Formats: sequence, C-alpha cells, structure tokens
Amino acid sequence: MIAEIGHYALVLALAMTLVQAVAPPLGARLGDGALMALARPAAAAQFLFISAALACLMHAFVVSDFSVVTVADNSHSAKPLLYKFTGTWGNHEGSMLLWVWILAVYGALVAAFGRNLPPRFRAWVLAVQAFVGLGFLVFILATSNPFLRLDPAPFDGRDLNPLLQDPGLAFHPPLLYLGYVGLSTAFSFAVAALIEGRVNAAWARWVRPWTLLSWCALTAGIALGSWWAYYELGWGGYWFWDPVENASFMPWLMATALLHSSIVAEKRDSLKSWTVLLAILGFSLSLLGTFLVRSGVLTSVHSFASDPARGVYILVFLVVVIGGSLTLYAWRAPGMRAGGSFRPLSREGSLLANNLLLAVGCATVFIGTLYPLVLDALAGQKVSVGPPFFESTFVPLMIPLLLMMAAGPLMAWKRAGPGAVLPRLAVPLVCAAAVAAAVAARSGGPWGAVLGMALAGWVAAGVLTELAERIRLFRVPLGESARRLAGLPRAAWAMSIAHLGVAVLVVGTVGAGNWAGEREQVMRPGDSVALAGYDFQLLDIGDVPGPNYLARQGRVRVSDGGEEIALLLPERRHYPVQDTWTTEAAIHTTWLADLYVVVGEDAPGGGTAVRIHHNPLVPWIWIGALVMVAGGAVSLTDRRHRVGAPTRRRAVPATATATAGD
Amino acid sequence: MADEGTRTPAEDQAAAKPVSPALRLRYLVPVFLFVALAAALGVQLLTGEPGKVPSALIDKPVPAFSLPAVQGFEEAGGFETAHLGQGEIALVNVFASWCGPCRVEHPLLMALAEAGTVPIYGINYKDTPADAERWLGRLGNPYARMGADVDGRAGIEWGVYGVPETFVVDGAGRIRHRHVGVLTPQDLDETILPLIEDLRG
Repeated sequence: MIAEIGHYALVLALAMTLVQAVAPPLGARLGDGALMALARPAAAAQFLFISAALACLMHAFVVSDFSVVTVADNSHSAKPLLYKFTGTWGNHEGSMLLWVWILAVYGALVAAFGRNLPPRFRAWVLAVQAFVGLGFLVFILATSNPFLRLDPAPFDGRDLNPLLQDPGLAFHPPLLYLGYVGLSTAFSFAVAALIEGRVNAAWARWVRPWTLLSWCALTAGIALGSWWAYYELGWGGYWFWDPVENASFMPWLMATALLHSSIVAEKRDSLKSWTVLLAILGFSLSLLGTFLVRSGVLTSVHSFASDPARGVYILVFLVVVIGGSLTLYAWRAPGMRAGGSFRPLSREGSLLANNLLLAVGCATVFIGTLYPLVLDALAGQKVSVGPPFFESTFVPLMIPLLLMMAAGPLMAWKRAGPGAVLPRLAVPLVCAAAVAAAVAARSGGPWGAVLGMALAGWVAAGVLTELAERIRLFRVPLGESARRLAGLPRAAWAMSIAHLGVAVLVVGTVGAGNWAGEREQVMRPGDSVALAGYDFQLLDIGDVPGPNYLARQGRVRVSDGGEEIALLLPERRHYPVQDTWTTEAAIHTTWLADLYVVVGEDAPGGGTAVRIHHNPLVPWIWIGALVMVAGGAVSLTDRRHRVGAPTRRRAVPATATATAGD
Repeated sequence: MADEGTRTPAEDQAAAKPVSPALRLRYLVPVFLFVALAAALGVQLLTGEPGKVPSALIDKPVPAFSLPAVQGFEEAGGFETAHLGQGEIALVNVFASWCGPCRVEHPLLMALAEAGTVPIYGINYKDTPADAERWLGRLGNPYARMGADVDGRAGIEWGVYGVPETFVVDGAGRIRHRHVGVLTPQDLDETILPLIEDLRG
C-alpha cells in the first residue's frame, strides 16, 4: 500500500510540475499576476509530493519490502540498517528519484527565498525549473518506476553491491547531486534571463549564491568520492579519470569558471553572454553526466539493447533541454550590450584567461570521457584512453591556471600596468624559487615534482601578498592594518581561503604522483617489511564475522625506530549473497603521509599477499578540498550574496551603481 | 530595482545595437556542436548495429618500430618490426597496467598462449615500468615477446585509438585484422581464429 502511495505522490508531483511549467509563463505573457504567482505554491507542493514519494521508497527499503522490484533487486534483510536506508539511492530508479527530489528542493528554495526577484523573472525561473523536473518525472514514471511490484515476492533480496556498503559512498550521491542538480538553478536563471532579455549586474548577483551553494556541494561530493575510492578500492590511488568521476568533474570545472566569470559580469557588467553560456553548459554537462554515466545507460551497451525506450527518451530530453537552451542563447545573446571594456592585462583579463583555461580543460576531459563511451556505443568496443591521455592534456593546462591564480587578484580592474603588477609578484616569485630549491635539495626531483611544489608555493604566497596589499601591511601602522583586516569583506576572505585550498590540494597531488612508495609481498605471521623508514610487522591474520559478511582481518604493527606507532587492521570481506570480495584498506595518517596497508589473497604456498603503500602528502588532497569548500561557504555568508533579499541591498551604494550602469 | 522589473524584453533589445550576421553565426557554434553530438548518438541508437572501426593499416606492412624490453623481462629481449613477418602468423596485443579492460581480456590471452595456437606479442603502451612489471608478475605473462612503449610513439605508428587493441599479422608481416577493445571468447572463435586458419590455408 505504501509503495502505491509513493507512486501516486509521484503522479501528483507530475501534475504540480505541469502547472508550474505552464501557468507562470502564461501569466508573464498575459501580464496576469495571479497566474505568475501560482509558481510558488506549485513549487512547494511539488517538493512535498516528491518528498512523500522518497519517504515511501525509503520505508520500503528500511522494512525490506521485497514485493517492490527495486528493493528486491538491491537490498537484503541482513544488511545493516544504515545501508538499507542509503541503499534507497544505490540503484538506478532510486537515484533518479533522489535527483528529482533535490531538483524540487532547489525549486522550493528559489520560490521561498527568491521573494525579491522581479515577478516576471521569477515566474520564468520557476517555470524552467519545473520543465526540467517534468522531464525527469515522466522519465521515472514511464521507464524507471521505483514502485513497481513483484508477484510473488521473493523471500530475500539480491543485496546491494558490497562496494556501496560504505559510509563514504552512502553519503556521496546526495552531496554530489546537491551540486549537480544545484546547477539547474543557474541554468534556470540563465534561460529566464535570455527569455526576458535581462542579463545585467543584478542578474549576476542573483545567480551567484546558487552557483556557490552547488559548487560547494559538488566540491565536497567529488572529494568524498575520491576519498572513498582511495580507501575502498585498495589501489592507493585517489583519482582514476574514469567516466563516473569525469562526469562530476566536468560540471565542476564549468561551475568554477561560472563563479569567476560572474564576478566580472557583476562588477564590470562585462562577459555577460559568456557567463550565461557557462550557466547553460554547466547544467547541460550535469544532465549528460547523469544520463550517460550515473544511470548506467552508456557504460554498458546492453542497457541500450535491453531498454531502448530509456535511451530514446533520454536523447530526446537532452535535445530539448540542451539544444533548446543553446538555440535560445544563439538567438538572444547577440543582442546583449557589451559592458565595460578592458585591456588584456587587467583583473577582467586574468579572469577571462582563467575561464578559457577551465573551459579548454573541460573540453579535454569531455573528449577523453566521451570518446571511449561513444566508441563503446557505436562499435561495442571497450577501450580506455586512460590516465596518460588526461595527464598529457589536462594537467599542463593547470600550470598557467595556477600561475594566473596568484597574478590575477593583484591586477587592477580595467587596465593594469605591468609596472604595477610585476613588483607585487616579487614575493611569490621568491617563495616559489625557495620552495623549488628546498624540494630539489631534499628529494632530488623529479623535475615535475619540483615544478608542482613551486607552483603551490607561488599560489600560496600570491594569496598572502594579495591580503597584505589589501590591508596595506607595513605601509600603514600595524594597528590600522589589523583594522583593515577585520573589515575585509567576506568575499575577499573567501577568495583567499579557496585559493589557499587549491595550493594545499596541489601539494597533495604532487606528493601522491611523485613520491609514493609501495611494496607487495607474501607475508606470514611474524614477517616484517620495511618501507620509507617504517617497519610493518604482520602479527596474525584471522576471520572476523561482520553483520552480512565474513572478514579476513590482518593485524599489522607499524613501528618507527622500534617504537610502535599504530596497529592497522586491513580487511578483505566476503559478502556471500553476491559472492563478492571487497578490500578495506587500513590507513594510519601522520598528516604528512599516509601509511596504507591492504591484505590480498592467500598465497598457494602459505602466507598472505600484503601490499603496503607509503603515500606522502596524500591527506593534503582532501584537506585542500575541504579548505576550498570552506572558502565557498564563507563567500555564501557575504552580505552581498546572501541568499534572497536583494531589496535590502538597495541601501548599499555598490548596488546603486551596478543598477545605474544597466 | 522596481523599474527593472517592469522593463520589457523588447525595450532591452531595442537598446541594443544591430548585430551583424557574422557575429550572430558565432553564437550558433555551441548549438551546431551539440546537434552533431546528438545526431551521432541518435543514429547509432536507432540503427543499433555495432559498427566497425576501420584501420588505414589493413593489408599494409606493419609499421617500423623498435621497442626495448619491459622492466623485469629483460632476458626475453625487446620487440621490433623484424620479429614479425618471418613466415609466422602472430597476434600483436597492445596493453597497459592502468587499463581496466585489459585485465578483463588477460585470462583469455593466457589461455591462448598456453594452448600455443598462435604466438602473441605485446606492446606495453604508455605504462610505468614498475607498474607493468607488477601487473605481469601478478597476472602472468602471455607474450612471446614484449616491448615497452613508454612514450607511446609505437602506438602512434600502429594507429592505436585506445587500449586494449589486438592486431593479426600474417606471415609476410602485413596487418590483416584489427580488433579494438576487449577480446572476448566469441571474437576469438568467430573472427580471429578462423582468420588465422584461412591465412594458414
């Protein structure tokens, strides 16, 4: 009965999106305020109905109602409660429902906080949002209904893929979707602005908090996913350039570009049509990623063959949404008035360069990702272009980006004289050289590592130099500098924090890519292995039962100069229902490095294969990502970008000039 | 901000300068690119027939290349053009330790090598020497000869799209067949082995 209620709630939500997609634009055309105002209650109702549907599906998972096909296929009565709960979105149907629920959350948020948007504009934003939701709800109800019944119901389910039975991955999809789907708001704002012919500084300010929110979630979601891959896949790697990862990375690159270009659009009324295009492309890539990879449509040729209806529907939907919005763009964007002009050497110029590098980087990832997928779909061939492709195309693009990251914020708007910029770069240059010398002396290379660390030093020093410039450190009395520091706008802090996060992240990736050490050996209890100055002794290995698996657990004592520093418990788990093995790496972090131990299969001649990694600086990758998210969060709290409430800003002089230039 | 709310699109557009057709065309580029992509996907979706990846090298002599031995397998020597076309039909398999699909086809290559039907030569494509050594040590080495193509130069000569790929080379040293992607038992039984039988006449 509860599954039927969920199904019914979805149908009602569909009716609400229909109202929300049709009535407000009609009202905008006819100038009928009442029709336009329908959008807000419709968005709220849509949110409530989809929430109800999601709750019903969760209930079915939690009580293990195997008469529901999705539950029978993806759950098991012996599964721990947490994974019954999170298993709701660990499958195609459930993840689509989660997707559309988050879309509805954003729709309801725009309805609730967008009170001060001009009514016609808000009507269009909510209508576009509803239109996307409509497409998804029809897709779910027609081809991926999570509430289908199974008669007779099986005694037990087929269980969730054991790899997904992990706290890291349990919360990875909601966070990632919060980012992915959040870009729908930027998209809706862009399409509404194109329809209304209103792309100006005010628009850039409205769209910014939404982009920031989804950027933060996306960054955190990607970082969580990469951390999961690091400890769960047992290879010691953190990023594999596989299609699923790239599908989330491409919208991230676009969102990052959008955050930067919207600054130019807001402050200088320039780069407007480019900003709108980024908003459209960011969400388009989210959609493409969701459909092509997340839902498993293109990763396997068989899903096309088994259900062509899904494939055709998806393609038509993508053509309507992406093709439609790009056509609208081609029609409307040429009419936009160019805003303030600027020289190549200026803050705008550096932000434009940042955007071009991010866009080209995104294009290379796009080609490297789509090409094998398309080849698979076209020719039924599975190939991999692999990390070498991305390392030789994407990574070199990041070098000028990092160079720009320190230099750009030191440049003046509109036009920056080389004479004013170059002296300010002296400090970062000296820092970079010092870091390079220190790294070269200490590790002896390779040169790529020296360059990478120097770049990180360059970025970090650039950030601090910019802060020092802002507070006029050493040029005014220290007390005055401190006052200025306290008075800095949150947005300035946000940029510094986020850029410092990038520097930390770069240090981590350089360490992981250049100095990681690894040993693999068959060990018997009592055996020791030395790696990177640490001694790893396998004490014993035994069976430890889990709730729905049996683990082979090794106990490895790590000592440094005879002193025990950690006892690591790596496991290899066997899940009988799916007859699958997973590895659970045991990690001890010193914050400067990870000591990482994996147990493998038992060797034929006795003993167990044990792999030990020494991963210097790897923890910095996730610390860096967290610092970046913190930067985004600080920016969200900036008064000027506070979600909602543009009218309160009327008192702020900056707003007055921005609108006057409109 | 209130006056902004009442401003109509028509007024906004009227305020804009007339736009030249050339400029308009520039804004159409994203749509064109997307339409091309959608069309490519759509055609294949509707026809649904797996196609073939053509190779310009079919029936041509194997390209000139010379590769050093893979680390840890030095005593077997490297792999170069002269090793092919000595009157013996051979398979040339392009592989890498970073390539997931290679792992899938590896047991098949091992079985084929064990059966001794046809010698298999390996090109280790853009791999880290230590990774390749570990990979082969862990999974076994099916290759009669192997070369390390660390910078991917030989891969370019062979026209490699991605990894894995497998070529059938006849006794005169000409490429007779190219298989892109994972080799399945079905590919082997229906295409590759019959072709080898044919070539042996």
